[in-house]
Amino acid sequence: MTALLEVEDLKVAYGKIEAVKGISFSVEAGQVVTLIGTNGAGKTTTLRTLSGLLKPLSGKITFDGKPLTGVPAHKIVALGLAHSPEGRHIFPRLTIAENLQLGAFLRKDTAGIEKDIQRAYELFPILGERRKQAAGTLSGGEQQMLAMGRALMSQPKLLMLDEPSMGLSPIMMQKIMATIAELKAQGTTILLVEQNAQAALSLADQGHVMEVGKIVLSGTGQDLLHDESVRKAYLGED
Amino acid sequence: MNTLPQQLANGLLLGSMYGLIAIGYTMVYGIVQLINFAHGEIFMTGAFGALTVYFYILPDGTPMAVAVPLMLIGGGIVAILIAVGAERFAYRPLRGAPRLAPLITAIGLSLALQEVVRNFYPGADRARAFPGLDATHDLGSITIKDADIFLIVSAVVCMAALAYFVRKSRTGRAMQATAQDPDTAQLMGIDTNRIIVIAFAIGGFFAAVAAVAYGLKYGNVDYRMGFLMGLKAFTAAVLGGIGNIYGAMLGGLVLGIAETLASAYIDEIPGMQQLGGQSWANVWAFCLLIIVLLVRPQGLLGERVADRA
Repeated sequence: MTALLEVEDLKVAYGKIEAVKGISFSVEAGQVVTLIGTNGAGKTTTLRTLSGLLKPLSGKITFDGKPLTGVPAHKIVALGLAHSPEGRHIFPRLTIAENLQLGAFLRKDTAGIEKDIQRAYELFPILGERRKQAAGTLSGGEQQMLAMGRALMSQPKLLMLDEPSMGLSPIMMQKIMATIAELKAQGTTILLVEQNAQAALSLADQGHVMEVGKIVLSGTGQDLLHDESVRKAYLGED
Repeated sequence: MNTLPQQLANGLLLGSMYGLIAIGYTMVYGIVQLINFAHGEIFMTGAFGALTVYFYILPDGTPMAVAVPLMLIGGGIVAILIAVGAERFAYRPLRGAPRLAPLITAIGLSLALQEVVRNFYPGADRARAFPGLDATHDLGSITIKDADIFLIVSAVVCMAALAYFVRKSRTGRAMQATAQDPDTAQLMGIDTNRIIVIAFAIGGFFAAVAAVAYGLKYGNVDYRMGFLMGLKAFTAAVLGGIGNIYGAMLGGLVLGIAETLASAYIDEIPGMQQLGGQSWANVWAFCLLIIVLLVRPQGLLGERVADRA
């Protein structure tokens, strides 16, 4: 069986500065794969390239059997790749319900959309309670829930989450991670970028460690959790 | 004739015209953070599009009730084509370029449009007669023309339709999303280029409506008519809070009324006898802009930049 997402020798540059220097990895359907690493390692750049917001310098991206390179961002969503961006980027002056509806922008099945909005409210009850409120008034953690709920509204084959725990309180972080675990249990395929390596690796089937634009180490989540160099560099042990 | 109610009505009418044109500035700015300084000239070409329909396409003696809607369509098509063409061929290639580049392009485009009309449209270098709607009606202490009724009705209809479109339609929702966060809008599957084209097209059409109203009201048009009207409408957009469609309309009305009242009454203030009359109207309009921006830099209905996530 071929992988759902296949990335081969991907290079991305901002002007002359190469941020991603030839990385290859794949995501199988049903898996949770995580990219971990410090700031500036190229994780966000990788996700933004996959969703079409950045154009790669070279390399090949194949999603669900189709090449993604050169496809504009707004058409990539239609193929089943949803991206919950770093910093959440909810639409602050639209209501929570409107944000969720925008997540289903390309869908035509009104009844199905309504059902999925209810499902998002079940997954995140706080969103249901505040559905008529402007999204900009939510707390950081609630905005993260909304961003994830919104990404799920497109019924993606692959959900990409960029730093879902960033800037959250420990309790909120646990909640978000528990939700990701729940999504995994439901069979959602997830590509997770995280600075919280401990949490990400505990969830992940596969993990890749990125350093300055390259993948320096790959393995199962458990392997990496117990890898000595990873423990030193990312899990704060010495 | 110069009673206060009459002056207020005059101001309201002038303000509606400013507001209609201001929509074009504010929608484009709201979505691509570009001041389309050629928008005044898009207004002007709309007037000439309508004039072309009247003088060169319709048979002589066509009743105005038939002619005006067709002139609106003709002017609208010309203004939309020029607005969308400007976006596609002048501004889009410069997206991502430093702010100054599209600004200078806009000024260049504005001059180019003026010169093309001046050189190639018969009689456009002088004031060219435009069919008027001059029948008057007395409503108590105020007198208005048919052209004024056309202006106020079309302004109300256009604004109501736009408000409904932006708030309720799927494309309007996509437009709000694009204005708030263009990258994330793309992640939702929104073709932001298409949204930008629609914003330019709506602005162009509204400018054409204002242009037809201008011609019907004042009875002549020329290649320079877009300069001052464009500048005033831009002032109205900034006054109301640029990026906000309700702000554009409110800014237009405030500016129109303030300008009209100032030129009518300011010379009654002792010591300011020389400062009244139409010749000072622009001075008072821009003074108002400066005062509002000192107190509320974001404009009347604008949001502080810090509120934008």
